Amino acid sequence: MESVITLSRAQFALTAFYHWMFVPLTLGLGIFVAILETIWYRKRKQEWMDLCKFWMKLFGINFAIGVATGIILEFEFGTNWSNYSWFVGDIFGAPLAIEGIFAFFCESTFFAVMMFGWKKFSPRSHLAATWLTIIGATFSAWWILVANSWMQHPVGMEFNPDQMRNVMTDFWAVAFSPVAVNKFCHTVFSSWSLGGVFVLGVSAWYLLKGQHIDFALKSIKIGGIVGITGILLTIFTGDGSAVQVTKVQPMKLAAMEGLYEGQEGTPLIGFGIVNPDKTYDNDEDPMLFEISIPKGLSVLGRHDLNAFIPGIKDIIDGKDVIDGEIVNTVPYSERIERGKIAQAALRDYDNARKSGDSEALSLADSTLKANYPYFGYGYFNKVDEAIPNVQLVFYTFHLMVIIGGYLLIYLLIALILAYRKPHLLSAKWKKIPVFPLIALVSIPLVWICHQCGWAVAEVGRQPWTIQDILPVGAAISSVSEAQVLTTFIIFAVLFTVLLIAELSIMVKQIKKGPAESID
Amino acid sequence: MTVGKTLWVIVLIKLFIMFAILRVFFFQPVLKGSDEQNAQTVRSNLIEISTDAN
Repeated sequence: MESVITLSRAQFALTAFYHWMFVPLTLGLGIFVAILETIWYRKRKQEWMDLCKFWMKLFGINFAIGVATGIILEFEFGTNWSNYSWFVGDIFGAPLAIEGIFAFFCESTFFAVMMFGWKKFSPRSHLAATWLTIIGATFSAWWILVANSWMQHPVGMEFNPDQMRNVMTDFWAVAFSPVAVNKFCHTVFSSWSLGGVFVLGVSAWYLLKGQHIDFALKSIKIGGIVGITGILLTIFTGDGSAVQVTKVQPMKLAAMEGLYEGQEGTPLIGFGIVNPDKTYDNDEDPMLFEISIPKGLSVLGRHDLNAFIPGIKDIIDGKDVIDGEIVNTVPYSERIERGKIAQAALRDYDNARKSGDSEALSLADSTLKANYPYFGYGYFNKVDEAIPNVQLVFYTFHLMVIIGGYLLIYLLIALILAYRKPHLLSAKWKKIPVFPLIALVSIPLVWICHQCGWAVAEVGRQPWTIQDILPVGAAISSVSEAQVLTTFIIFAVLFTVLLIAELSIMVKQIKKGPAESID
Repeated sequence: MTVGKTLWVIVLIKLFIMFAILRVFFFQPVLKGSDEQNAQTVRSNLIEISTDAN
């Protein structure tokens, strides 16, 4: 069973990883293209049309290759994660249906107009279609992220043991939960920064080759603005994410920082090496090496220099801070007990249902409801089963932050140079074309940064598929290991082929240059 | 072959693999009954897993 869970998780991670190779470029390049077309619409100069059509072509390639790759995740829900899929069905139904409407009726329709309608529509209508394509893509992402956020912080629902589903009781609480709003903004803005970095990288390649210099400089100027706006807003919403995680997923925050025992004025580790021998109940030092910012985590998580941030041991022992006071919450040992009571109540409910005993049914129902917030903990026998992989979460979080910091500096310098000293962008230092090389290296870095962000979000909430309610071990279907392994390999091959196709078609178009993109 | 044609070919092949092969042969939904049957299956599964865990 363990191997099926591990393989199914690996398969889901692989699919999500590849899906997220395409999506942020669609969102980031989309906004860039829409801005270029708006500039052209206002200035009506051919040079802006050339820019717009070239980047629109790259946008179209990415869109076409990446489209529908996310549907495979839904296949996996139904086959590998059927218990989970049924359990969340009522909550996921509405957001995913709305996402489908946005994706297929809004996004795809206007995408067709945007790509093929230059000669069939007026400039104003075409511009509207371009903006509606990117707005549709962005809002379809909203609904996916609403579904994801609900798993991280289940709100606006009530469990119905008859239907065996979490039934939505408040659509607005689900759609506009603070976690969802923050996640949406953080994801979309970080995609803008990715789009900006991509544009700068491709443009820098032209500078390196000494081709299409004016085109490249204009692209860097606008792409730089998109990128820097994106990264600044990403940092701002990242702060909001940290506050939300501190509030609703303290275990994830503790894992992100490798924090086992909290304190008032908790430092933030800027760089560190996690001690692999550290467990929540031994006395080993959690870090082998660290460079810390004093009180940084307290500021990050609670916007208070002296706030208490609970560590993994504190959380397990039921120690947290509410309204500035150190209080005892429910310790994990008690959560496990109450989870087991909830599961026993579900068993009694099932028996009472079958025997038609309404009194027993009512009693089981009330016991289940009273202990339902801890339902998932009943699947554990030891408290450490509820701790995520600290090393993986710590390193991916810090890598994301380090690359994010680098991207901020890089985009800022690139933008200043593009507007103030553009000749330095293609200048060489000891025969080394510094900016083009940095710009090209930054392209894979920004993707690594994105993937790390998702690894933090998803590995950090392990072992839960739905926070506190359903761990991965209970969410899994009874599928065979061979079946999951086979589809894992098929996906790995399929997605790799798609990625190679995307890269080769894009590289071919980039080599052709902007002139070839003009109809 | 133009870029547009290449992309259409890739999209069609991808959709064919996804919906005519993967969906049909590898990703049949596990829960295929009525809502009541599915609820009972999930209830039994979750109870059984909890029994195994204990």
